[in-house]
Amino acid sequence: MTVMINRSCIGCGACVQTCPEGALSLGPEGNAVVDPSKCTDCGKCVSVCPVAAMSLPPNAVQLEQPSEQVLEISEPVVVVETEQSGDKVWVFVEQTQTVIAPVTLELIGEATRLAKKLNTQVGVVLLGDQVEFLAQPLFEQGADKVYLIDHGVFNQYRTEAYFQAVCYLVRKYFPEILLMGATTMGRDLAGAVATDLGTGLTADCTQLDIDLDKKILLASRPAFGGNIMATILCERHRPQMASVRPKVMKALDPMVGRNGMLIREFIDIPESSIPKQILRVVHDQLDQINLAEAKIIVSGGRGIKDAAGFQLLQDLADVVGGVVGGSRGAVESGCIEAKRQVGQTGQTVGPTIYFAVGISGAIQHIVGMMHSETIVAINTNPDCEMMKMANYSMVGDAYAVIPKLIDAFRAALASRQTNDSGAVCSIVQEAF
Amino acid sequence: MHIVVCIKQVPDAAQVKIDPKTNTLDRSSAPAILNPYDAHAVQEAVNIKRLYGGRVTVLTMGPPQAKDIIRKSLELGADAGILLSDRAFAGSDTWATSYILSQGLSELRAREPIDLILCGKQAIDGDTAQVGPGIARRLNIGQLTYIQKVESVDFVERSIIVHRRVDQGYEVIQAKLPCVVTVEKEINELQYSSLPEMMRAAQYQPLVWGVNDIHAEVNNMGLNGSPTTVRKIFSPPERTGGERLTGSIDDMANQLVNVLLEKIS
Amino acid sequence: MSIRQEVIIVGGGVAGLSAAYTLAKAGVEVMVLERGLNSGTKNVMGGVLYRQMMEEMIPDFWKEAPLERRIIEQRFWLMGKDSVTQSAYKDMSWDSPPYNNFTVFRSKFDQWFAKKCTEAGVLILNETLVTECIIKGNKVVGVRTNRPDGDVYADVVVLADGVNSLLAKNLGFHKEWTSDQVALAVMEEIKLPAKVIEERFNVGPETGATIEIYGESTQNMMGTAFIYTNKEHVSIGCGTLLSQLSKSNIKPYELLEMLKQNPLVKPFIEGGESAEYYAHLIPEGGYHSIPRLTGDGVLVIGDAAQLVNSIHREGSNLAMTSGRLAAEAILQARRLGEFDEKTLSIYPRSLKESFVYQDLAKYKDAVHIMERNPAYFNHHLPAVNSAMKEILTVDGKSKRDKQWLIVKSYFKGRSFLKVLWDLFTLGKAMK
Repeated sequence: MTVMINRSCIGCGACVQTCPEGALSLGPEGNAVVDPSKCTDCGKCVSVCPVAAMSLPPNAVQLEQPSEQVLEISEPVVVVETEQSGDKVWVFVEQTQTVIAPVTLELIGEATRLAKKLNTQVGVVLLGDQVEFLAQPLFEQGADKVYLIDHGVFNQYRTEAYFQAVCYLVRKYFPEILLMGATTMGRDLAGAVATDLGTGLTADCTQLDIDLDKKILLASRPAFGGNIMATILCERHRPQMASVRPKVMKALDPMVGRNGMLIREFIDIPESSIPKQILRVVHDQLDQINLAEAKIIVSGGRGIKDAAGFQLLQDLADVVGGVVGGSRGAVESGCIEAKRQVGQTGQTVGPTIYFAVGISGAIQHIVGMMHSETIVAINTNPDCEMMKMANYSMVGDAYAVIPKLIDAFRAALASRQTNDSGAVCSIVQEAF
Repeated sequence: MHIVVCIKQVPDAAQVKIDPKTNTLDRSSAPAILNPYDAHAVQEAVNIKRLYGGRVTVLTMGPPQAKDIIRKSLELGADAGILLSDRAFAGSDTWATSYILSQGLSELRAREPIDLILCGKQAIDGDTAQVGPGIARRLNIGQLTYIQKVESVDFVERSIIVHRRVDQGYEVIQAKLPCVVTVEKEINELQYSSLPEMMRAAQYQPLVWGVNDIHAEVNNMGLNGSPTTVRKIFSPPERTGGERLTGSIDDMANQLVNVLLEKIS
Repeated sequence: MSIRQEVIIVGGGVAGLSAAYTLAKAGVEVMVLERGLNSGTKNVMGGVLYRQMMEEMIPDFWKEAPLERRIIEQRFWLMGKDSVTQSAYKDMSWDSPPYNNFTVFRSKFDQWFAKKCTEAGVLILNETLVTECIIKGNKVVGVRTNRPDGDVYADVVVLADGVNSLLAKNLGFHKEWTSDQVALAVMEEIKLPAKVIEERFNVGPETGATIEIYGESTQNMMGTAFIYTNKEHVSIGCGTLLSQLSKSNIKPYELLEMLKQNPLVKPFIEGGESAEYYAHLIPEGGYHSIPRLTGDGVLVIGDAAQLVNSIHREGSNLAMTSGRLAAEAILQARRLGEFDEKTLSIYPRSLKESFVYQDLAKYKDAVHIMERNPAYFNHHLPAVNSAMKEILTVDGKSKRDKQWLIVKSYFKGRSFLKVLWDLFTLGKAMK
């Protein structure tokens, strides 16, 4: 165990002066070097380094008893060039069957913003089976470098294969910041990577920023059911990891033809070393409530007290072509399934129109829908949070208001349709 | 067969309040409960035990009051419980917490081999979902997160088949034992405990282990051993809204339809 | 396998816990069945805990129990629409041991008390609802709970299941309470910084004040309101007889809101944030409503026995005392080896000798007289305020004229004879 010094070291010697153990000195190339036999991992050097070149090592636990199957990490073999990396902000590319998740593009957008503040570039980690063709769209979205490991073992996402590859790349290139989507995959992977690297991870962030003095990441996330926000730092360990909720950050507009550097890497992870196998993937029709991608969401809260009320919301959703969601309160009262929950513990959504019906606007809910384009609140309490934040608010009882809304929408949409289809019909008739 | 469930005591999130002026948490009125996801993990362990035989031990880290959630787990049918409690543990983040729990698991395993570790998918106070994967990494065993169904367990062939929730459905995964499984609430219905179980649970005195009992390194835990630190806590910014519609319900409905219609394709 | 305990106590409030604690300390095997998540979760109380009765069970409990403030001042308000006649008693000796009373948060206090009981050996099972008593012949021999394998047998069952006790009713001990036997109390905890509370109520960092309000606070309905100081909360609430509330067309929360908005009350809670809202039924029937208290193998204590002194707003101390006396009766019965009604009637006898019965007997007609005759609340109380106003407003009238005006206005709405009668009956009831 000893402190790690990466390539951004400028040899200023601040750490040498600070080290109480005399473990640090300036080496022949002018960079700081550490004597592992003296280093106690106290971290004092980390806090004085002006270029954040130092970090404490992963201190993975040595088990007294090795577990039944030990994952063998083969010695990495470098295929392509390794070179000085000027890209300090990394994003893990989430792809399923070679389709890149939207959150990845959002994160590259955010990483670009952070990288500008740190005067550095954006690198992305791309793992998969025959996915090299994805590098170009990643460059166009803002990635400066793509670290690619293309291997059959990465065909489907499995923690045990992916985390080894990410850790391998991190240990080799020392990114300062590593971002992942707070998705099923990202949250599964982030915990494993952070543990293995022995670094700090702030999960489910909704805001990222840089402390310009200390050059460190300020990761903010809702805590305690979203009642408060906490800004969390990882000062002494690298990389600083954060997982970020989908639909919170903004992707850049693709810059067609933009280029970057592709770095092909290789790590040999034998299939036999992976302790699990995906037998099949079932696309469950019933489970296909894709709130995250819905354009219109009609959500109910504690103000909707029964199944009849949610049926009204469903009717409204049917008329406007939307999906029904709900607050934690609605889920807890049993009116709606957990998978329809919008909020901190549910899904984050970003529809064009979000109807919040009988939802007072607990922060836990708001963090999940605040990025909606237009918010419509319907509530009996004119002073609740949701009514304050909504673009359009209506004071009234949902049971009275929703049927009127359904009628109004139905009438308006029907007249629009008659106009359109009227035209079509006449053309068709002419053709006959 | 030995199943261990890692559980956490959390303030009932619905009842935690924040003082907007001081930004401090007012937990006085929020009762401490067994994290709801963990309750389902305990129930699943008990269900597996009832099908295949074996023993269920629960493990938690927390203050002495956390004995209550061990008792709650016994009500659900767990056989034994261990509380990891030590001043040195206080202030641990997810990285340090997974270290402490994995040390506890190693100690437990030295006494009785562990075939399966279950956790809730996340705790409702932190919502990080990181401790389960952390434990799996430290013990160097497989991890299965967001599990909505355990299809079968084969303790002879040492494998488990589960359904893992993904965006468009679920994956059916076969994994080697031992492994860490984190569960969704949908995985089961909590059973109503019988009165004899309630009595056994109420009288149960869990073992309490401290730093030395689990041979843990103090530098890896607590505030100092945690890679992350909280810089500040703040109330989410107050939002100011848009237009308040007025008039009769019909008027309001028509106004709304007019402004929204173009957004509906 | 049937479960057996020596004593089962239904309900983990202060009455049940007092009985359980006393029994366990004497070495009796006792089980408490509580329907809530924890002891105290279903309890609502203004928040004043009297020291004496608790101390009789746990000496020096105030050194470790979670208490809010020591009460050193009790104020009484006769409130009109925009006026109030106040009286107050402040006693600095109440600020030093052994103290007089404290404000407490019931949920915290009851949990602490439950912990003391567990330490003493009581087996407390939460989230367990007792659905009925198991009866053999005429004797209660156990209880049935809503859990699988949920029957428990015992020598004695103590019913401490609160004002809504169905068990005592099912045993035929009393009929359904009528709406003039119960009051609905609603209450809010308003969060305020300790310093602000101390300034507004003129108390120190550990001390507190209570205000009992009569009159306009309950829109001239039979009832009272209160404001109590906790460490960082002010409790404000009001209670009215259910019968009057249902006649009045005012919703209970509206009543509380009107109280909070009253210009006399508002300054005390201004700027505070509502932290908690409670509503609860309080037995008000008093002496005349006390049900049968014992049967073969069964005792009734606390709110379930209507043991509340509504004139002095005391309930928890009566509950504790009844719990302790019931426990002592059980201990006596245990020595005799008999748990029939005759042996257990030691309990009602000792209750009759205690302050509990004597206080309730003293005021046995007061509530009913006031309820039957609305003049007390809508005539006499306002009259006091108008008298004070007349006397204290300097407007050039002579004091003698003012006295005459007061007397004249007093009897304008009510004949001299009627006033005399009102005063006589109430005086008789309160003597």
